Amino acid sequence: MDIKLRVEEIQKAFVLHLQGGMVLPVLSGVNLIVHAGECVALSGPSGIGKSTLLRILYANYKPDRGNVWVEHRGEWVNLLQAKPYRILEIRRSTIGYVSQFLRVIPRVPAIEIVMEPLRNLGYPPQECRLQAEAMLRRLNIPERLWTISPTLFSGGEQQRINISRSFICPFSILLLDEPTAALDDQNRKIVIELIQEAKTRGAAVVGVFHDREVKEAVSTRTFDIPKEKIS
Amino acid sequence: MNQNTDGRRPLLKAMGLTKYFGDRVGCRNITFDLWPGEVLGIVGESGSGKTTLLNLLSGQLVETKGTVKYSLAGKDLVDLNQLPAPQKRYLMRTEWGLVRQNPKEGLRMQVSAGANVGERLMALGIRHYGTIRSEVVKWFERVEIDVARIDDLPETFSGGMLQRLQIARNLVTQPRLVLMDEPTGGLDVSIQASLLDLLRRLVSELNLSLIIVTHDLAVARLLAHRLLVMRQGEVVESGLTDQVLDDPHHPYTQLLVSSVLHS
Repeated sequence: MDIKLRVEEIQKAFVLHLQGGMVLPVLSGVNLIVHAGECVALSGPSGIGKSTLLRILYANYKPDRGNVWVEHRGEWVNLLQAKPYRILEIRRSTIGYVSQFLRVIPRVPAIEIVMEPLRNLGYPPQECRLQAEAMLRRLNIPERLWTISPTLFSGGEQQRINISRSFICPFSILLLDEPTAALDDQNRKIVIELIQEAKTRGAAVVGVFHDREVKEAVSTRTFDIPKEKIS
Repeated sequence: MNQNTDGRRPLLKAMGLTKYFGDRVGCRNITFDLWPGEVLGIVGESGSGKTTLLNLLSGQLVETKGTVKYSLAGKDLVDLNQLPAPQKRYLMRTEWGLVRQNPKEGLRMQVSAGANVGERLMALGIRHYGTIRSEVVKWFERVEIDVARIDDLPETFSGGMLQRLQIARNLVTQPRLVLMDEPTGGLDVSIQASLLDLLRRLVSELNLSLIIVTHDLAVARLLAHRLLVMRQGEVVESGLTDQVLDDPHHPYTQLLVSSVLHS
């Protein structure tokens, strides 16, 4: 099976300068390889660094040391050394990320938010719209909400917009941080389906799933974040 | 395999840009590349040197040291200081744009709103009145100014409308790079929101490169792909916008980020 993601010796400590330079070590020497079709569930107690690791894999957090190799357009790229425009390109076409929170841009209607990833890849607007509509319908977002900005949505509705946006592109790597938080049973099942479909088409998925039902349904293995070594 | 370049050429290269006002440091040793289609945010508080930097880039100040190279007409990088003054001025009105914080300084208040936009086209050599008029109308629509106001004098416009007009005046020549100094400064919050929305859409539709100076981190987060954080004339941190704001490393960046009131 193809390797899609190779994480090497990731080390991260937060230095809180506003708290007198207090050092919070979080990750020390994380190594992980993920293949196409796998769904790795990151596990460990709260605060161990699961979300931190996911953010590092998206280049949203910067580790002190280590490499994150991703296969992008047929070449292996080290995300932590790549130029900013390259990272943005990778985020547009190769790596998708579902966070727990939707950062809502005021005034932009829900349908445009969902269409945007496809528009960024150059698909024609009509095609993007059709796919976005299909995704919104699938996630039970009523049509009357499509032209409204998600600033006015409930938490669960916002999360479904988040999901729609991240699953609309066939990303080869998916990073999911509590994707079903705030969702009811019916919508949770739909997200499980979406994750299964992604795996079937060969995506490599890494996720944090506190929801046991989801974790058991989608993960192919568990990865325990190593406890911070005390040196 | 060279993963960091693929034949792409930076649009702009600033190297060691330094400006002293007598003994006082305006900015020191500023080095960065700007790529086509990128929005670079320069953030910092008053006195950080960000405005000095913008003034150096736009040619309103001459640097003490350092160079700025630009890919003129998409070709090899040219040192801007080697360009004859008239050519540099022409550049500023065609391939570049400059949107000032106070729109009245970037507009000609004594000619009509339409003329403010149209005369930039005339400077390019376009003479046909019908063509100019239809381009102006198109831009008014694009920046959402009522077309009925084309022949009005700008002094009758609100602050938000003046800023939109300034933007239209600068974009009508289809520049590749636009410099912006606090484009939403002094505007009411609701007007800011709609202006930012407009800028977001324009950047994406026109594949513009922008250098935007702002003290407002929310504006930076919304518009910029990358940030330079400046303090006392120097760049203290740089990187992808979300990385710098979500995982700030430098003490000053941490201070800036923690000082923002979230809504």
